[in-house]
Amino acid sequence: MIYLLLATVLAAALWIRKRPHLVLPWQRVAKGSVGMVSLLLLSLFVLVGLLDTMHYRAALSEKSNGQTVYSAEVLSVFDALAKGIKSRSEKTYSAPLAAYLYAKESMETSEGKILRDYPRLRYGGAHLADPQRELLGDVLKRTGIGALEGLLIGVLLIAVSNMLFHFFVKFRTVWSSAGREISKDNWISTFTRAMKNKPFKALLITTLLIAMLLGITVNLAAVYHVLGTDKVGQDVLYLALKSIRTGLVIGTVTTLVMLPFALLLGIAAGYLRGWVDDVIQYLYTVLSSIPSVLLIAAAVLMMQVYIEMHPDWFETSAARADLRLLFLCLILGVTSWTGLCRLLRGETLKLRELEYIQAAQAFGVSSSRILTRHIVPNVMHIVLIAVVMDFSSLVLAEAVLSYVGVGVDPSTMSFGTLINSARLEMGREPMVWWTLAAAFGFMLVLVLAANLFADAVRDAFDPRLNRT
Amino acid sequence: MIAYLIRRILYAIPILVGVNLLTFSLFFVVNTADDMARMQLGMKRVTPEAIEKWKQQHGYDKPLLFNAHAEGISKISDTIFFQKSARMFAFDFGSSNDGRNVAREIQTRMMPSLAIALPTFLIGLLIYITFALLMTLFRATALDMLGVSLCVLLMSISGLFYIIGGQFVASKLWHWVPISGYAGGLDSIKFVLLPVLIGVMGSVGASSRWYRTIFLEEIGKDYVRTARAKGLSELRVLFRHVLKNAMIPILTGVVVVIPLLFMGSLLTESFFGIPGLGSYTIDAINAQDFSVVRAMVFLGSMLYIAGLVLTDISYTIVDPRVRLQ
Amino acid sequence: MKSDSSLNQLRPLTSTPPEIGRREFILNVDSLVTRLNNGARIVDDISFSLKQGETFALLGESGCGKSMTALALMRLLPDGIRVASGDIKLGEEDILALPEYAMRKVRGGQMAMIFQEPGLSLNPVMTVGDQIAEVLTLHQQLRGKEVRPRCVELLEQVGISDALRRASEYPFQLSGGMKQRVMIAMAMAGQPKLLIADEPTTALDVTIQAQVLKLLRDTQQKTGMALLLITHDLGVVAQMAHQVGVMYAGQIIEQAPREQLFARPAHPYTQKLFAALPDAGRSGQPLAAIPGNVPPLGAPLAACRFAPRCDKAWALCHEQVPEWTQLENGQGVRCHLYTSQMGSEKLNLKTSLSPAPSNVSGEGAGEEGRDTFLQVENLQVHFLIRKGILQRTVGYVKAVDGVSMNIPEGRTLALVGESGCGKTTVGKALLQLITPTAGSVRFAGHELIGITARQLRKHRAGMQMIFQDPYASLNPKMRVAEILQEGMDALSIAKNSDERQRRIDELLEQVGLEKASKWRYPHEFSGGQRQRIAIARVLAVNPNLLICDEPTSALDVSVQAQILNLLKSLQQQLRLSYLFISHNLAVVEYLAHEVYVMYLGRIVERGTVAEVLHTPKHPYTQALLSAVPRIDGQGMKTIRLPGETPSPSRPPQGCHFHTRCAHVMAKCREVYPGETIISATHRVHCYLAAE
Repeated sequence: MIYLLLATVLAAALWIRKRPHLVLPWQRVAKGSVGMVSLLLLSLFVLVGLLDTMHYRAALSEKSNGQTVYSAEVLSVFDALAKGIKSRSEKTYSAPLAAYLYAKESMETSEGKILRDYPRLRYGGAHLADPQRELLGDVLKRTGIGALEGLLIGVLLIAVSNMLFHFFVKFRTVWSSAGREISKDNWISTFTRAMKNKPFKALLITTLLIAMLLGITVNLAAVYHVLGTDKVGQDVLYLALKSIRTGLVIGTVTTLVMLPFALLLGIAAGYLRGWVDDVIQYLYTVLSSIPSVLLIAAAVLMMQVYIEMHPDWFETSAARADLRLLFLCLILGVTSWTGLCRLLRGETLKLRELEYIQAAQAFGVSSSRILTRHIVPNVMHIVLIAVVMDFSSLVLAEAVLSYVGVGVDPSTMSFGTLINSARLEMGREPMVWWTLAAAFGFMLVLVLAANLFADAVRDAFDPRLNRT
Repeated sequence: MIAYLIRRILYAIPILVGVNLLTFSLFFVVNTADDMARMQLGMKRVTPEAIEKWKQQHGYDKPLLFNAHAEGISKISDTIFFQKSARMFAFDFGSSNDGRNVAREIQTRMMPSLAIALPTFLIGLLIYITFALLMTLFRATALDMLGVSLCVLLMSISGLFYIIGGQFVASKLWHWVPISGYAGGLDSIKFVLLPVLIGVMGSVGASSRWYRTIFLEEIGKDYVRTARAKGLSELRVLFRHVLKNAMIPILTGVVVVIPLLFMGSLLTESFFGIPGLGSYTIDAINAQDFSVVRAMVFLGSMLYIAGLVLTDISYTIVDPRVRLQ
Repeated sequence: MKSDSSLNQLRPLTSTPPEIGRREFILNVDSLVTRLNNGARIVDDISFSLKQGETFALLGESGCGKSMTALALMRLLPDGIRVASGDIKLGEEDILALPEYAMRKVRGGQMAMIFQEPGLSLNPVMTVGDQIAEVLTLHQQLRGKEVRPRCVELLEQVGISDALRRASEYPFQLSGGMKQRVMIAMAMAGQPKLLIADEPTTALDVTIQAQVLKLLRDTQQKTGMALLLITHDLGVVAQMAHQVGVMYAGQIIEQAPREQLFARPAHPYTQKLFAALPDAGRSGQPLAAIPGNVPPLGAPLAACRFAPRCDKAWALCHEQVPEWTQLENGQGVRCHLYTSQMGSEKLNLKTSLSPAPSNVSGEGAGEEGRDTFLQVENLQVHFLIRKGILQRTVGYVKAVDGVSMNIPEGRTLALVGESGCGKTTVGKALLQLITPTAGSVRFAGHELIGITARQLRKHRAGMQMIFQDPYASLNPKMRVAEILQEGMDALSIAKNSDERQRRIDELLEQVGLEKASKWRYPHEFSGGQRQRIAIARVLAVNPNLLICDEPTSALDVSVQAQILNLLKSLQQQLRLSYLFISHNLAVVEYLAHEVYVMYLGRIVERGTVAEVLHTPKHPYTQALLSAVPRIDGQGMKTIRLPGETPSPSRPPQGCHFHTRCAHVMAKCREVYPGETIISATHRVHCYLAAE
C-alpha cells in the first residue's frame, strides 16, 4: 500500500511537470529557502519512516524439513540498519552518553565486598577503561571524527548530485539543441551559478549540517546511548526514531481517509445544491457539533471493547496494535473531514457561478464532466493547502490522544506513548529527563518542518496571496 | 429575531437526534445489549436468565430502533433508542457505572472547569489580539518576521510539553504554586494560576498567527486606503477601522467556543487534578464508562449548537449589515 | 439641486476660463518616477501642474500607471512600490520631503482623494456620519456638538436628501451613487485645495455618472479647488477637463488643453484612441483598432513604448526614447514625429485617421424575407423571496417580466439598460441557464421552454453565449485546445480527433490568434485575446445566434475596437445573429440593427437603431442618451434623472419609470402604459407617445 502511495506521488509529479500552470506554484515553493529546507528535513523523516515500513521476517538459520522458517518477529529495514542500537539494551535508565547506570545497585567488587554504586553499563562506553577520565575526551574525539566524516560525505553527496544535475541539463540541452551556451560550461560553473541561488545555498548549508549531525550521531551511537536508555534499558534514540513512522502513518493515512469524504461531499453539496446540499450540511453539522476528542474517544472506546471481546481474531499482539493504529486513522479521518468539506462546498458554490462553468452548461456538458473537468481542478489548491496544514496538527493530536488513552496501542512506539511513559519519570529523584526531551525534540523538528513547509505551500498556492 | 431563534432551536433538534443516533449506533453496532449485560455482570459464567434480567432492569429488552410489534407512535417510541435518548433532552443522563447520577455530577463539576476555562479564554483572547495587532502594526519589518517565526515555533510544540514543562518549572523548581489539586473559594486562585497560564501559552502561536492573517487581509481592503487618505494615523486606522471589521471573522471562530468552556479542558484538568468536567470525561474514557461519555457528547453538541446561535447573534452587534431572519 | 429633471443646457467647456490662467499653481509634479522594489518603473518621468479651479485629466488605459501616479501624490503607494525620484509640490510644500506626521495633515486636509469603487471604499461597519466626522475632527478641529450639523450640511451639499437620517446610516443602506456622493462629502470635509478623483464614475451607471460628474463640477465651482481626474473615458474627459495628459505605459505621451487635444491630437496613440471609439457615423466600416495590447506595468522598455503598435513607427522609434517636445498652444508630445526630420516628412504625408471604408455588402439588402431565428414571447423570470420560520415564499423579484423579441438571421439586436434591469437574465434565460418562469422561446421553430435536458441538447449548438469577463469565462486549468474542444465533444460536432484539430486551427485563425496558441493556458493571454478565445469557443459548435453579454465592457478602448471589428466581420462571413447586451450606447449604435431598451425587467422602447437612438420617444431612453458623455461635448441637452433605479422586488405601481420621470402624469402612477406604435418597427410604452 505504501508503495502504491509512493507511485501515485511520483506519477502525480510527472503529470504535473507537463502542465506549466501546475508547475508554477511548485516553482514558487522551490524559490523559498524556508520551504526547501523544511522539505529536506521532512523527506529525511519520511525516509526513516519508509525504511521502517519495509517489513520482512528474518529467515532463521536452521531449516526444518528443508523449508525456510521465518522468525515470528517482524522486522523492518530500519531495524536491520539500527540493529546495533536496538540490540544493546541496558538494565534500566542511563543518562545520555553515560558509561554508568542511573540507579545504584549492589555490586560485588573483586575483593568480594558488597558495594552500592552506579554500575558500568553493559554497552554504553564499554570500550573505555576508566570512563571517569576518558569519557569526555572520547566523546569529543568521536564528535570531531563524526563531524568530519559527515562533512566529507555531505560534500561528496553534493558534488555527485551536482555532477548528475549538470549532465542532466547538458543532456537536455543537447536534445533540445536550443541552449548551446549552457553545454559549454563545465560542472564547476554549473555549481557556482547554482550557488547564486538563495534557496540552493540554504539547502546546501542544511545538507552539510545534517550530514555532520548524522556523522556525529552514527559515530557516537556505535559505542554510547546518545539519548540515554529508558526504564527497561532500551535506547531512547531508537525508540524516538521508531516513533516517526507512527506519526507519519497517522498523518498520511488519516488524510487519505478524510480526502475522499471531503472532496466528494463538499463538491457535491456545492454544485448540486438542493436536497443533496441539505443532507450533507446536516451530516457535517452533526459530526462537527460533537467535540472531536469526545467523538474519537467514544469511537476508540467502542473499538477497544470490540477487540477485547474478540481476542481470538488476532494472531499476534503486533497485528492487534497495527489494526488499532489503522482504526485510529480511520476514526480520525471520519471525524476530521468536516472542515475541508465546508471549505470545498463554499468554494464550489463560488465556482459554479463563474462564467466558464456557465459556458460549459450552455454546451450541454454533463454535470459529472463539469465536476471533473472544471470544478475539481480548480479546488485542488485548497485541498493541497488543507492537507499539508492538517498533517502537523495530526502528529500533535496523536500525542494528546495517546496520552488520554484513546490513541495508539500502548505497545506501538509513538511520540504519544513515549511521552506518556516518560511523564511519570519526571517525578523521580533525580529526574529522568532525556526520554521526554527526546520525544518532544523529535516531535518539534517534525512538526516545525511540516508547518514551515505547509506555509511555503500555502504562500505559493493561495491565489489571494500572490496577485503579482 | 425571535422567529430566527425559534427556527434555530427547531433546527437544533434534528441535529441532536442525529448526534444521539450516531453515538447510539456506535455503541450498539459493536455491542449488543447481551454483550453489555455480560460486561456488567462479569465476563464469565453468566446465565442467559441473568442477562435477560439485567436487560429488563436497565431497559434494554426492547428493540433497538424500530418496534415492529407495537402500535402507532410507540412503533418508534417503545425502543431502546427512543427511551434512552428522550431522557437526554430532559437532562436525565442516567447513572454512571459506579452508580452515581451523571447529571448531578456534571453540575458539581462545572464550576471548577469554568474557573480554569473562562480566565484562559479571556486572558488568551486579549493577549492573542494584542500580539497580532502589534505584528500587524509592524508588518513587513524584522519585528513582524520575528513574531511570526516565534508563532510558528510555539505552535509546533506539543501542548503536552507546555503542561509538563510548566508544571516542572513553576511547581517543582521554583515552588510557586502547588503542582495540582483544587480548592473552592479564594484559595482556588493559586491552583488556577498555573493551568490558566499554560492554557494561554498553549495556543498563543496558532491564534496570534491566525488573527494576524485576518488583520492583514482587512488592511489590504479599499476602505483602509480611504481611511489613510483622510490623514488618519496608522494606529487610528488599525483601531478604529481595521479592528472593528476584523471582529467579524474573529467572532466566527471565537464565540462558538464560549459555551464549550463549560466542558473544561481534558488535558489541563487531568494533569492538574482539577475536579472538573474535563477530568471527569478522561476518567470515564479510561474506565470505559459509556453512559458518561454519551452524556458528555450530548452536552458538548448542545453547547456547540448554542455557540452557533450565539455567533449569529454576536454578528448583529458588530456587523450592521446582518439582520437575523 | 435635487429638484426637477428639467432639460438644462450642459455648459459646454468651450475653453479654459481666462481667469484660471492668472491663478497660482497648486500642484507641481516634476519628473516623478516610481519603481517596484525590483527596479521596474511603474510611473516613468511624469510632470504636470495644476492651477486653482482647474481640472487636469489623466487619461489612459488600464495598467498605464495613472492610479499609481495619484497614490504617489498622496504618498499612499502600496507596499513594494516607492517613489524613486522626482518632485511633488503642493503649494509651497514639498510633499516628498514631509515627515509622516506632517503628511497626515496634508492628506484629507489640503489634498483629498475619492476612489473607483464607492462600495468598497467606505468602512462597512461605521455610519456614514462617523466617517465624515473623522475628517472634521482631524482637519477642521471641530469638537463635540459642532460636528454633527456640519456632517449633515456636507451631505446636503452633495445632494443627499434626508441628510440627517442618512448620516446615521451605514454604507450598505445607500445606493452606489449615494456612496460616491458620501465619498465626495468626506473629501470636501477637509476643504482641500486639491481633489484627486480616481475613476470616480467607472463603477456607476450612465445616468448616475452624469449626476456625479455634475456634482464634481458644481463643487469645484463653489470651492475653487483643483481637480485631478483620473479616467479612461474620453467622454468624461470631454465634459470635465481643462487640461489633459494622455498616459501610456507609465509616461505622459501627450499633454494639451482639452479643446486642442480633441481638435488636433498629436501623438499617434491619441489619434488612434479617438478613431477607435465606436459610433453611428462609422457603423458601415471597421473601427481603427490599435493592434496588439497595452504593455504590462513595469515592463522594461528602451525605445518609444508605443512603437510596437504604431503604424507610423520607423527605425528610430524602436531604438530611442522620444524626448518631450513642446508644440504651440500649450500642447506637448513625446513622439519622434515631432522631433526629427524624418518625422516631419512623415507628418506631411497626410494620413487619414480612419481607414478606408471597406466594401460592406449586404447592408440593408434582404431586409424582408429574413427568417426569424429566435422568437421570444412574454418571457418571465421571477426569483422567489423566502422569509419567516418556515421559509415561506413571500414575494417575487421580477427580474424579467414579460419580454418579447424577434431576432432575424444575420441581424444584431441590442438590449440596452442600466445595471439591474434584467438584461443579463434575459440572455441566460434564453439559453435555459436560468429556468424561465413563464413565456415561450422558439428557436428555429422549436420551443425551448419545458423540454427535457436531452431534447434541449439538440438545440444547444445553435445558440451560444459570450460573457462579460474574459478572466472568469475561461477555465484557468485548461489549454486553449481543450477549451475549444469542450463544446465539440459535448455536442459531438467533429467526428474524429484529426478533424477536431483541424477545426481548432481553423477557429483560431478565424478569430485572429496564432495556431501555436492552442497549447497555451488562458493566463498567458491578455483580456482581448481571451475574449477572442471565448469567441472561438462558441464558434466551434457552428451557432446561428450569439448572445453577447457586454463582451467589451471589461476591455480597453483600443482592444474593444478589435473585438467589435471581429464580431462584425464574423457576422458578415457566417451570417450570425447577435443578441447584444450592453449599457454602452456608442457600441450599440455602431453594431446593432435594432435596439430594445429595458427598464426594471420590461422593454420600454424598441425600434431600429436610427429610430431609438435618434428620435427616442420614451423619457427614459431620452435621459439615457443624454447622460452619455459625448466626445464632441456640445449641443447635447442633458436630462438629469433624479434618484436611482428602484428595486425590482418592489417595482413602482403603474409605469415603472414614473418615480424618475419629468413628464409624469396622474395615469402614469396607476396603470402600466400599453404599447404605442410609432412606425412599423418602432414601439414604445409611454402615455406621452400615445397622445
